[in-house]
Amino acid sequence: MGNKLINIYRFASPQAFYPLAGKMIPWFWTLAAIFGIAGLYIGFLVAPTDAQQGEGYRIIFLHVPASWLSMFIYLVMAFWAGLGLGFNFRLSGMMASALAPTGALFAFLSLWTGALWGKPMWGTWWVWDARLTSELILLFLYVGFIALQSSIDDPRRADKAGAILALVGVVNIPIIYFSVKWWNTLHQGSSVSLTKSPSMAVTMLWGMLLCALGCWMYSIAVALMRVRSIMLERERHTDWVRAELAEPGEHAGQE
Amino acid sequence: MKTRHKRIALIIGGLAILGLVVALVLNAFQSNLVFFFTPTQVAAGEAPRGKSFRIGGLVKEGSIKREPDGVTLRFVVTDTEKDMIVAYKGILPDLFKEGKGAVAQGKLGEDGIFIASEVLAKHDENYMPPEATQAVGDAQARAAANKAAVEATAKTVKH
Repeated sequence: MGNKLINIYRFASPQAFYPLAGKMIPWFWTLAAIFGIAGLYIGFLVAPTDAQQGEGYRIIFLHVPASWLSMFIYLVMAFWAGLGLGFNFRLSGMMASALAPTGALFAFLSLWTGALWGKPMWGTWWVWDARLTSELILLFLYVGFIALQSSIDDPRRADKAGAILALVGVVNIPIIYFSVKWWNTLHQGSSVSLTKSPSMAVTMLWGMLLCALGCWMYSIAVALMRVRSIMLERERHTDWVRAELAEPGEHAGQE
Repeated sequence: MKTRHKRIALIIGGLAILGLVVALVLNAFQSNLVFFFTPTQVAAGEAPRGKSFRIGGLVKEGSIKREPDGVTLRFVVTDTEKDMIVAYKGILPDLFKEGKGAVAQGKLGEDGIFIASEVLAKHDENYMPPEATQAVGDAQARAAANKAAVEATAKTVKH
C-alpha cells in the first residue's frame, strides 16, 4: 500500500460514489441524532425563558435552523447544478436533484413555524413583508425546480433546464438574507451574524446551533440516500448497477 | 476544452448580468418594498395620501390611553424624531407594549390622527432571560442616575 493518496476525481463517477455514499449514510444519521437530541435538550430543558416572549420563543430552535438550511441547501444545489452545466459531470445533476426535496422541506418548515410563531407574537400568521415574501419565493423556486426536472424525460436535458432555473434563483438568497437590513420589515433583524456578537443568551445560542448542525447532518444523510436511488434509476442499464442489484439481499431481482 | 471554457464564461457572465438587473429593479422599487413608513417619512409626505398604508415605530412610553367609549385605544408611535397619534379599535397582540415596536395599518385622517384597522407587534432580535433584562435595565438606570449626579455637581461647581 504505497500510494495512500486517494484520487478524489475517482468519486465523481456514480459507480465509485455509490458504495462510498452507502458507507457514509449511517455516520451522518448518527451525527444528526446526537446533535439533534443535544440541541433539543438544551433548547427545551436548559435554555432560559425569554424576557419578552416567555416560552413561546422556543420555536426558534426549529425555525432558525430550518431557515438557514433552506438557504444553504439552495446554494449547494445551485453549486452542483452550475458544475454540471459547466463541466458535464454526471454526478452533479444527480446531487442537485437529490438536494431539492430536502431544501423544499426546510423552506416549508421555515414558513410554517414562522406562521405559528407570528400569530401569538406579532398578531398575524402572515404579512407580505420582504423577508417572508422572499422566503416564499424560495419555496416556489424549489417546487419549480422539482416540477421542471420531472416534466422532462431525458435526464441530461432535465439537468440542464433545472440547472439554469437553479442558477437564476440564486439571486434570491442574498435578498432573503439581507431583506431585514435593506428594507424595514415586520420580521426582526438577525440575532446571529458574522459581523457582530450574537444578541442571544449563550445557552439559547448553543441550543440553536446544535439543532442547526443536527438538521445539516440530517440533510446530508437524506440527500445521500436520495442520490443513491437516483443513480440506480439513471444508470440501470449499466453493468455496475446490474452487479449491485444482483448481490444477495440488496434489492435482489427488482430489474 | 474551448467550448467548455466558453460555456463557463457564459454562465458566470449571465449570472453577473442577472445580479445587476435584479439590483437595479429592487432599487427602483425601493419604496414599494418597505413594509411600513416611519413617522418622519409620513411628515415628509412620502406616504400615500388618502390610501391605506402602514406606519411603524416605537410605542411612546406612557402614551397608551383608552377613550371614554371603553374600546378605542389611543397611543403615540414615535421614531424618536417625529410622533404620530394612532387610534385603534380591536384586539392587540400580547407583545404590544409601551417602549416596544409596533406596526399599524390604516389611513391618515384629516386631523393628523392615524386611524388603524390592524396593529401588529414588532419585537427585536434580542433573546435573553428576564434576569438579564432586569440587570441591563438596572445598569441603565444606574448610568442615568450617575449622569444626573455628575451634571448636578457640574452645575453647583459652575455657580
